[in-house]
Amino acid sequence: MLSRRFLSKLLSPNGAKNFKRSLAIGSKIPELTKDRYPVRRGEFAILNKEHLQFFTDLLGTQRVVTDPAECESYNIDWIRSVRGYSTCILKPKTTEEVSKILSFCNDHRIAVCPQGGNTGLVGGSVPVFDEVVLNTALMNQIYDINDTSGVLICQAGCVLENLDTALAERGLMMPLDLGAKGSCHLGGNVSTNAGGLRLLRYGNLHGSVLGLEAVKADGQIVDLLSTLKKDNTGFHLKHLFIGSEGALGIVTKIAIQCPAKPKAVNLAFLGLNSFENILKVLTQAKRDLGEVLASCEMIDESTLEVCTDNLKLKSPISNFPFYMLIETHGSNNEHDQEKLNGFLEDVMGNGLVLDGTVTNEPSKMKNIWDLRERITEGFIQDGYVFKYDVSLPIENFYSLVPEMRQRLANDEEVVRISGYGHLGDGNVHFQVSCRQFSQNILNKIEPFVYEFTSKLRGSISAEHGIGFRKPKYVHYSKSAESIVIMKQLKEMFDPNGILNPYKVIPN
Amino acid sequence: MARVLVGVKRVIDYAVKIRVKPDKSGVVTDGVKHSMNPFDEIAVEEAVRMKEKKIASEVIAVSCGPAQSQEVLRTALAMGVDKGIHVEVSGPEYETLQPIHVSKILAKIAQNEKIDVIIVGKQAIDDDCNQTAQMTAGVLDWPQGTFASKIEKGDKDITITREVDGGLEVIKCKLPAVLSADLRLNEPRYATLPNIMKAKKKPIQKLTPKDLGVDVSPRIKIISVEDPPTRQAGQIVPDVDNLISKLKEAGHC
Repeated sequence: MLSRRFLSKLLSPNGAKNFKRSLAIGSKIPELTKDRYPVRRGEFAILNKEHLQFFTDLLGTQRVVTDPAECESYNIDWIRSVRGYSTCILKPKTTEEVSKILSFCNDHRIAVCPQGGNTGLVGGSVPVFDEVVLNTALMNQIYDINDTSGVLICQAGCVLENLDTALAERGLMMPLDLGAKGSCHLGGNVSTNAGGLRLLRYGNLHGSVLGLEAVKADGQIVDLLSTLKKDNTGFHLKHLFIGSEGALGIVTKIAIQCPAKPKAVNLAFLGLNSFENILKVLTQAKRDLGEVLASCEMIDESTLEVCTDNLKLKSPISNFPFYMLIETHGSNNEHDQEKLNGFLEDVMGNGLVLDGTVTNEPSKMKNIWDLRERITEGFIQDGYVFKYDVSLPIENFYSLVPEMRQRLANDEEVVRISGYGHLGDGNVHFQVSCRQFSQNILNKIEPFVYEFTSKLRGSISAEHGIGFRKPKYVHYSKSAESIVIMKQLKEMFDPNGILNPYKVIPN
Repeated sequence: MARVLVGVKRVIDYAVKIRVKPDKSGVVTDGVKHSMNPFDEIAVEEAVRMKEKKIASEVIAVSCGPAQSQEVLRTALAMGVDKGIHVEVSGPEYETLQPIHVSKILAKIAQNEKIDVIIVGKQAIDDDCNQTAQMTAGVLDWPQGTFASKIEKGDKDITITREVDGGLEVIKCKLPAVLSADLRLNEPRYATLPNIMKAKKKPIQKLTPKDLGVDVSPRIKIISVEDPPTRQAGQIVPDVDNLISKLKEAGHC
């Protein structure tokens, strides 16, 4: 079956199959973060020979990367928005090694940037200055998959897609799915509380992570690796490490609850002419598809163009102002199809949906999902992208886009202003792309976007986190009191502030 | 205007990982997602475009296989085909069904339906036979244009561009003719919702090989189906000298 192996590449109009998020060779290198942003280096040690000797004694020369060319990809985030200048990348394999590294760094005041697949979108996964990068890529062991309970236990550096593949053989799947699945590490997902495309159905990581193991800044290993669904003994400490972006500790192991892989998956791609109709279709989808509804995404016309024009992907239907993707997961395809077809006939019949397609063929579903999952990649070709990830009340979901189009109507630097996102979760990804970075445009967007979001009681970071880019805006979504508690916790877990400095916590 | 017949085969979807049955009698198909053979999809697209350009008067799709083959016929109907014919072949008979049988079935239907052009995919991605078009042309004694990357229909003939080693070959043949679709012939459309709904009302005629007087008794016996050998893990060498000595050791240079 020689042809089958090449088919995905040849036949898929949407190109390469196992797309990985990594820096394109020869692409433009961003300005150093320290030069572009007003940020001052902390009172951390500058790496010297003795430090490096300790690391190579611990890990050997192969797992301590110091070659400048090799270090570069660890210093730049994949959307090329920030760049650090670390000269030392560490690749531990075990929790004990992570512990020894942190203990040493804590004693010597060496700043550390924890890094997984480096697919973050807020500059959280790369150093700001010369922090030592602790990369989890070699911590990729799967310890156990329990067929009955559906609990997976693994190391933090396992790539999400590899876990999904391993689980598929046992009739299970990961509770989360995101565009970066081919590169992102589960440890990074947990540390940033990644959301993704299935959250609507399977909930967020605070629910599905049953336990974890983390290493504190002083090297202390905190074993919270419970596999229990219910465990009300004392404070629920694991939640502190979920979504704290490596500021309180480095997650090294995870126990996660995995749902059964659905026997039936159907995907519809719909074209609509207004956002009002999108809301009506969402309401009807929740009512008519109920328990089988797994994803409900929306893409506006301008966003889809980054896939069709920049990436040359093929859209199944002609152009419409708005598109929706609706996926169902169920255990019986006949039942699901009956529900979905009834729903689709209805929304076509009453004119809410103007055109669309529906399929349960894996190859076609993959090509359609590419139109959603490769948007971030497509935007990079526009030039520089100002990306925002906000939660808004559902009726205001799309309101940022027209507002910003008005605000930037006369700016010729702007290539595109558009929105797409997790409609079912009220989480919109909003972006303004320019041919290159522009301080003028940035000043017109920020803090306006945050003020606008705050006024509507939305969240200024729904799922991407705070990272380097947003600490000073946290107050738009968090009260002064809660920021004080965040600082107190940081002080307690990492008194020397060596873990992921300049990020997450406002000054 | 021409009457066009397309062959559509139901195969395991190309995005699905193939698994061999433990008893090595074949591959696992139960509960595995199937779809239309991608090259047949290209054939359907071409036929539907001929209809849209008013070159074809009617497009009929045929699928030989078990009951589920009707799913790919529905897809063909949703893409714009007018009528489906399902030739039911199931169980052990289907496992040994080969292009020799299918070509006889297609030939018979072509005669019954007064077909002018038969288009099939150049090969199916499950058995990779690449024989059906050629054999059908043989059975009917019609000219054949295989691996078509462009099809232009004239009044009494048809011009086919073929991708061959070193360039393009253009051939002209008389009608009726049998054609097979290559990858770059076109990019098949998605079936849209209104057309999927319309397709539910389009007719699918059910036949058996016996109705057509075609004998589908097996001509082969499957002895064993095996997984391809797994790729051995590579090794990292520290430098070029090491690489060369390793290659020499293994007898590669």
